[in-house]
Amino acid sequence: MSGGKRGLLALYLLFTLLPIYWLLSMSLKTNQEILGAFSLWPESLNLHAYIRILTDPSWYMGYVNSLTYVLMNMTISILVALPAAYAFSRFRFIGDKHLFFWLLTNLMAPPAVFLLPYFQLYYSVGLFDTHIAVALAHCLFNIPLAVWILEGFMSSVPKEVDETAYIDGYSFPAFFVKIFIPMIRSGIGVTLFFLFMFSWVELLLARTLTATNAQPIGAIMTRTSTASGVDWATLAAAGTLTIVPGLLVVYFVRNHIAKGFALGRT
Amino acid sequence: MARIELNNLAHRYAPGGEYALQPMQHVWEDGGAYALLGPSGCGKTTLLNIISGLVQPSEGQVLFDGVDVTHRSTEERNIGQVFQFPVVYDTMTVFQNLAFPLRNRKMAEDYVTRRVQQVAEMLSLTDVLNRRARNLTADAKQKISLGRGLVREDVSAVLFDEPLTVIDPHLKWQLRRKLREVHEQLNLTLVYVTHDQTEALTFADKVVVMLAGQVLQVGTPQELFERPAHTFVGYFIGSPGMNFMPCELSGNEALVDGERIAIDPATAVAASRSGGSLQLGIRPELARLAADGEPGLLLKVDQVEDLGEHQLVTGHFGSHQFHVRLDESEKINSDGLRLVFPVEHTLLYADEHLVGTGGAKHG
Amino acid sequence: MDKREYQWAWLMVLPVLVLVAFSAVIPLMTVVNYSLQDILGRSSFFVGSEWFKETLNNPRLQSALLRQFAFSFTILAIQIPLGIGIALLMPKRGWQASAVLILITMPLLVPWNVVGSIWQIFTRGDIGLAGFTIRELGYDYNITANAVDAWVTIIIMDIWHWTPLVALLCYSGLRSIPEAYFQAARIDRASKWATFRYIQLPKLTNVLVIAVLLRFMHSFMIYAEPFVLTGGGPGSSTTFLSQSLATMAIAQQDLGPSAAFSIIYFLIILAVSYVFYVTIMNMQKEKAAQQGAGGAE
Repeated sequence: MSGGKRGLLALYLLFTLLPIYWLLSMSLKTNQEILGAFSLWPESLNLHAYIRILTDPSWYMGYVNSLTYVLMNMTISILVALPAAYAFSRFRFIGDKHLFFWLLTNLMAPPAVFLLPYFQLYYSVGLFDTHIAVALAHCLFNIPLAVWILEGFMSSVPKEVDETAYIDGYSFPAFFVKIFIPMIRSGIGVTLFFLFMFSWVELLLARTLTATNAQPIGAIMTRTSTASGVDWATLAAAGTLTIVPGLLVVYFVRNHIAKGFALGRT
Repeated sequence: MARIELNNLAHRYAPGGEYALQPMQHVWEDGGAYALLGPSGCGKTTLLNIISGLVQPSEGQVLFDGVDVTHRSTEERNIGQVFQFPVVYDTMTVFQNLAFPLRNRKMAEDYVTRRVQQVAEMLSLTDVLNRRARNLTADAKQKISLGRGLVREDVSAVLFDEPLTVIDPHLKWQLRRKLREVHEQLNLTLVYVTHDQTEALTFADKVVVMLAGQVLQVGTPQELFERPAHTFVGYFIGSPGMNFMPCELSGNEALVDGERIAIDPATAVAASRSGGSLQLGIRPELARLAADGEPGLLLKVDQVEDLGEHQLVTGHFGSHQFHVRLDESEKINSDGLRLVFPVEHTLLYADEHLVGTGGAKHG
Repeated sequence: MDKREYQWAWLMVLPVLVLVAFSAVIPLMTVVNYSLQDILGRSSFFVGSEWFKETLNNPRLQSALLRQFAFSFTILAIQIPLGIGIALLMPKRGWQASAVLILITMPLLVPWNVVGSIWQIFTRGDIGLAGFTIRELGYDYNITANAVDAWVTIIIMDIWHWTPLVALLCYSGLRSIPEAYFQAARIDRASKWATFRYIQLPKLTNVLVIAVLLRFMHSFMIYAEPFVLTGGGPGSSTTFLSQSLATMAIAQQDLGPSAAFSIIYFLIILAVSYVFYVTIMNMQKEKAAQQGAGGAE
């Protein structure tokens, strides 16, 4: 790689990292320091805000709640999407194309449109303020997304693979679990990445469908803004902590991303 | 067009690591059609990439017409290359594809048009010149790849890296014939990498057989057939491959499981000097049935396969499996056959290498 | 590939159907219902297309729609070329490739409201690194008072947030190009630009369509980031469609007009996305036809 290319890439990385650095730096300052003289880095590492968040249940439960409904959603989405994507990639059936497009339209539905009806729907079935309510609501866009991504990967596996397996005496479930799923591993990795991403980052629905028991961290963060001003240090620390689960997810799927991010559609 | 010389060439991917290519010294004459034949992983693609300049050899030189091009980039070497799968510029028409190398070299447009027409005619691509390359069949795409090499009149050599891999079997021979025609018309230096002996033997004037980074033999198809320089060449070329049986030497005769087989005296002398473990080798096609009353060696017959004009007999000679190919008119006695090994075709191998004169020099 | 006809495949699709119907069809029916009625406490009466007329003639919503289109096209025009550029710059292998990949992906996994917070903290004139620096350089940067500043800041934030998605899609697309293409380009003495134009860009078409589709969809639904960063201001200069809708539905409790608005909103996205959908399907067909013709790629 030439020096010029390196330089440009470094510049972009700097652009990516600078705002995150600033968040981190703020989280390690005290509020007096933040509002006092401008400084590029904290005077000393002040972990006060982190300690507060990690010891106060009304704070850390926000992370637990968010992660709970994200994991629930990922599990539901991938489990129902796998067979459906297989059906779309392998079979013709009445209405298949219309159904597929209808699914995709849900990917395009603005959550804001569904805000009020969701509130009423989940309230009336008694699911308001539960994790599963948010997990189900996120299925609106995550299931279609998973079906769409997986269908792409599955279609790139030749159907002779299926036929050979049946000839070799595999039953459908055995073939699906032992042969087919390992073949689209990258696809599943990328799908899980997207499922995590869209459920973890969404706040509008999550906040509307919860009150106290299942409140996501994003909603709890608004607490830092009070009549007496903003608690910048705590806000920054809480923000920094929301980046951590994402970083872990990218780290685990980094090799699949390089290969599979094109969603099997190159 | 150029004479390609490989001067003490060797390659290791990591310094101090194992040789991907053993040191070699070769000359490929201008206008020759050469095939690099060997199983996958034998280093033939590495050698091809060194010639095309995609890989820098760790030792030795590559010379084109006596000029050292070892450190010249691919762009400067003026070679053409046809890859394993068709590499065409999808969004261009066939004409634009063929014109691309010339236009990149800033040739005059009327020359480009004329030249592309000529090459298209030679490759029977004239009808599709204005079609998008992406919509063509694999064999047409391979012809485009070839054409991109041929449009440059000063091309030093055209390299082929298993170019028929993705071609339908019934089109393979057509494309191969096209290659022969092009070679005869233009008298280009062609280097053709393949693991398929039929392709190599029908395409090339000279075949270079490689194994584990080493050139085992360079020779005409006939030389490879009649006097394989190495037991691997014997196995790899021919269908079925050469028969090999461990033997001992006793004067001008070889002893295989106690049976005596006559050997050429000069070969016997050379074999007695060479030492190492000895094997006797003979092609299934070159052993013959003993005439009435002629002494012969007894082959126990296990199986007879009808191959049309020939029949292939699989049997046992002592404890060794043995193949012999006989004319279809020969009667095969299921008790056994009496065979004669003609002296001129009975070869000896010491530590896998051919003993005596006529074998290619190696190393 | 030829698909086999098999009606029982419906059973495999059924769970998806039930779940998505529960989260999409029932609420959507509610929305349609509201859009046609006037609800006052417990009583309601049918108003037909009245709410639709009112919504379409509402100047606030009209300007929000215009702003929305301006925003979506601006970020597409910047993010797509930038994403391609970054993908071309990214190292192909080794630990550097992994490191760059992880760093670049980071903004994608930050909750959307936190993205707003990050940029709020970053760009404030008093405590923000960028805001403070720009002011020190002599420009009176103020996103709460100057609409241009607010607009530009939101665009830059969106670039920061979403360019990685485009870059990763393109990176993955580029990685799938066999090395032989680049070797052929060298043999043909193609310039860097020609290599990009005739090898890399054509191979990126498919992923680029996906990138444009995803980016259009999400930019058209943008809510949390500008809400936190500017609150839609100054004035309503950065109030996009989702925020207008949320304000109308929740803060003002205008059920009828907001439902009508929802449906119009949804239909716009649907129309644009349908165009993309047809494009993608045609490309897949073409690819299948090509493979049928024997082009192994």
